[in-house]
Amino acid sequence: MMAGKPRVAFYWAASCGGCDIATLEIREKILDLAQAVDIVFWPVAMDIKYKDVEAMEDGSIDVCFFNGAIRNAENEHMARLLRAKSKVLVAYGSCAHEGCIPGLANLSDREGIFEAVYKESPSTENPDGLVPQTRYELPEGEVEIPAFYDTVRTLGQTVEVDYFVPGCPPQADQTWAVFEAFVSGDLPPLGSVIGAGEKTVCDECERVKEEKKVKEFFRIHEIIPDEKKCLLEQGIVCAGPATRSGCGALCPTVNLPCRGCYGPPPGVVDQGAKLLSAIASVVDADTEEEARRIVSQIVDPIGTFYRFGLPASLLRRRKIQ
Amino acid sequence: MAEKDFEPRIIAFLCNWCTYAAADAAGISRMEQPLNVDIIRVMCSGRVDPSFVLKAFLEGADAVMVYGCHPPGDCHYSEGNYKTFRRMPLVEQLLEQYGIEKERFQWGWISAAEAPEWAATTRELTRKIKELGPLDWKGYLDGMESEGV
Amino acid sequence: MKKISIDPITRLEGHGRIDIFLDEEGEVANAYLVIPELRGFEKFCQGRPVEELPRITARICGVCPEAHLVASAKACDAVYHLDPPSAGKKLRELFYSAFFVYDHTTHFYVLAAPDFIMGPDADPATRNILGVISKVGLEVGGKVIEARGRALDIVKMLGAKPVHPISAIPGGMSKPMSEEEREEVEESARWLVEFGQFTIELFNDVVLGNKEYVDLILSDPFTLPTYYMGLVDDKNRVNFYDGLVRVVDPEGIEFVKYAPDEYLDHIAERVEPWTYLKFPYLKKVGWKGFVGGKDSGVYRATPLSRLNAADGMATPLAQAEYERMYETLGGKPVHQTLATHWARIIEILYAAERLLELTMDPEITDRDVRTICTDTPTEGVGIVEAPRGTLTHHYVTDEQGLVVKCNLIVGTTNNYAPISISIKQAAQGLIKKGKVVSEGLLNMVEMAFRAYDPCMGCATHSLPGQTPLEVRIVDAAGEVVERLSQYTG
Repeated sequence: MMAGKPRVAFYWAASCGGCDIATLEIREKILDLAQAVDIVFWPVAMDIKYKDVEAMEDGSIDVCFFNGAIRNAENEHMARLLRAKSKVLVAYGSCAHEGCIPGLANLSDREGIFEAVYKESPSTENPDGLVPQTRYELPEGEVEIPAFYDTVRTLGQTVEVDYFVPGCPPQADQTWAVFEAFVSGDLPPLGSVIGAGEKTVCDECERVKEEKKVKEFFRIHEIIPDEKKCLLEQGIVCAGPATRSGCGALCPTVNLPCRGCYGPPPGVVDQGAKLLSAIASVVDADTEEEARRIVSQIVDPIGTFYRFGLPASLLRRRKIQ
Repeated sequence: MAEKDFEPRIIAFLCNWCTYAAADAAGISRMEQPLNVDIIRVMCSGRVDPSFVLKAFLEGADAVMVYGCHPPGDCHYSEGNYKTFRRMPLVEQLLEQYGIEKERFQWGWISAAEAPEWAATTRELTRKIKELGPLDWKGYLDGMESEGV
Repeated sequence: MKKISIDPITRLEGHGRIDIFLDEEGEVANAYLVIPELRGFEKFCQGRPVEELPRITARICGVCPEAHLVASAKACDAVYHLDPPSAGKKLRELFYSAFFVYDHTTHFYVLAAPDFIMGPDADPATRNILGVISKVGLEVGGKVIEARGRALDIVKMLGAKPVHPISAIPGGMSKPMSEEEREEVEESARWLVEFGQFTIELFNDVVLGNKEYVDLILSDPFTLPTYYMGLVDDKNRVNFYDGLVRVVDPEGIEFVKYAPDEYLDHIAERVEPWTYLKFPYLKKVGWKGFVGGKDSGVYRATPLSRLNAADGMATPLAQAEYERMYETLGGKPVHQTLATHWARIIEILYAAERLLELTMDPEITDRDVRTICTDTPTEGVGIVEAPRGTLTHHYVTDEQGLVVKCNLIVGTTNNYAPISISIKQAAQGLIKKGKVVSEGLLNMVEMAFRAYDPCMGCATHSLPGQTPLEVRIVDAAGEVVERLSQYTG
């Protein structure tokens, strides 16, 4: 296997930090991990700098767990750098896997985002209409910031990825299972999803499922659902039928529907389209008119069906005219 | 933006029992049909997974059609076309949110006895899309994913 | 001009770089905290159903998702012109108090403590939680893991998941708390109050008992008079969940007290082209540059600010500590940035006491914890105190409840200008002509921002990798790992 202790790196691109906290949700097992491996790079936790990574030999990192989406030039640079320095690159968490929440920015572009943040924001005083510049000359010298791209990409759309761990964030027991798999060497073929199940969230959900015939859809603030029955059967759009299992179906335990953060089930390429199909199929309508009436109660199809997976979808982004 | 020599590429998912038969009959009867429509035969319009529509656009379609048997009674599988009219309105909404002009997605019902209807539909759609211009989804993605400001 | 870059800055959440420019004489001409990241929530929340925003905006931050979740739920309440039932609000605040304990504990022990307990110049390999444990003992390490675990388990129990919990929704909470659950929470709450007291004692011994640290805390490079902001209840006491936003001037006099829907009259944000983050400032004072003082609109929103802006704490043990801190540091307001760490642990104690108080409230297991939203939605603002500062969510919707506009002023964002000033001050105070710019010196510059706990409390553990120290800790007590896993969660 690996001579000496395995060298492991963690990195975050356009992320919220939740995946790093999720990694630490293995709690006291982190000490077992620290004993079993050498953590050679983890900016959130350690003082190793970018130049130290650049100085490493190619392939000298055994496994790199990379979370976060590719939003800007720095994220892309680090993705390429860590791909070169790592034998195995793992897309950890929904952002790296399929774009996640930052991926919703693909409904807009750089210009649209800058307009909203730096000009249209009601609290922003910006009479000269300034926006961030990649290079700016200050009295003391030049300051650079990474270019902000028009489109969010997944890690797999940027570099070759060896394994994918889904979830926003991945749950602790799954994270530990992944670490154990690497240490033991018991891994599926390259390109596989690991740290998750092989079915859908419905399979793990303990709610009672009878027959799905929906005559009305309700948004979550409009109804207090029964605590035991399937949420979709009560007219609440739930992504369970088209989401990979592995999380333990946690969200329905507090009376809220799944929103799909574990990504598409095995064999499904476009999660949103599959979910749309599943939801529409249970609409209880015998005429087109009635069907239209019922589905129009789903007010934001793209944001609902592609909440976590827009960049990874077939079409990837909205076309801005 | 219409380009002069632009020939739209239209993908049509047609149900075997109704619209495919209509298209066949239109051809045999030598009704005028544009060459722009490529037909994919499915056994039922209810077989058309929304991802087929998206994939067609991704792979270069400038427009997509989904046609089947008239509800309520004509479906060879009784209620397959019920799935169609439950799904397609949502697909329409989704495509709009993707920024794809609604003219590019057309779905409905054409029976085996309605060959002229089929021919007219294809002529009209081709004309409209010619005017609208190419979609070129992959070209658009390339442009939006290049580095730098 | 020579440029020294600290890239990336570490032991915080998020990405940042400090660019220090030295003039020909080797003195610091200026120092810039450059934030290279932006994701654009204000844009992509447009078009989303407003009731989905709590779960969406939670993803702004994976360490304080609860802050965004609750601020967002409150903004949605306002959008629908409703007030949740009393039990719903109390349950939200209970959930929120548990989160505060977890978050502040993480920051103090893992990010801040290494600088004080190991020393700011210590070898970077030891300047982390394991170094801390080696110095103060394994028992402390075990306590910290247990405290985080207990608090986070409450969040998980009530919110479905420990990271990105979901149960605060428009109208209240999506699920009431059972009596069984309440008993579990009560047991933990009592333990956490004791842990809060323990933390204060530790701080007394290790930090206040060390003259060098006290001198550092009181030193000029780390002193900055500004305006201070925090939420207060109807008796002007610190409250994390609800109240009015109170701002006091550098002399401690109340400058303004505003309700959430008035925030635009008081807060404005400035854009600079060399960074992606904006700089909020007090509109009525105006932007006067990166300077402190009464004439500058720069304000701070931190644990220290909250204590400065309030007249006291709402629970007895925390109140006693509050009084002791001000007595020790010579009165209110306190301008010493490093005292923020002290204020933070007083808040741990308050949060734990408040958690216990709410757990004992007779209404807390009431089944009626949410109201259905029926009004036509319009516009609303929700404000909470995030651990890092006052958090404002502002939504405008159409009649269907789809978001038309979303404005966010996030905890750390409030502090971007003061952090920048603190970094420049520290750099100018420490890096002088002829002095070797060592790693330790640069770390002291970083201490200037760490006091603010910028955005993420980061790792619960910082791992050095190859130090014998680490191995000795695990090897020296063979079963140590198991003992540390006393709390199995």
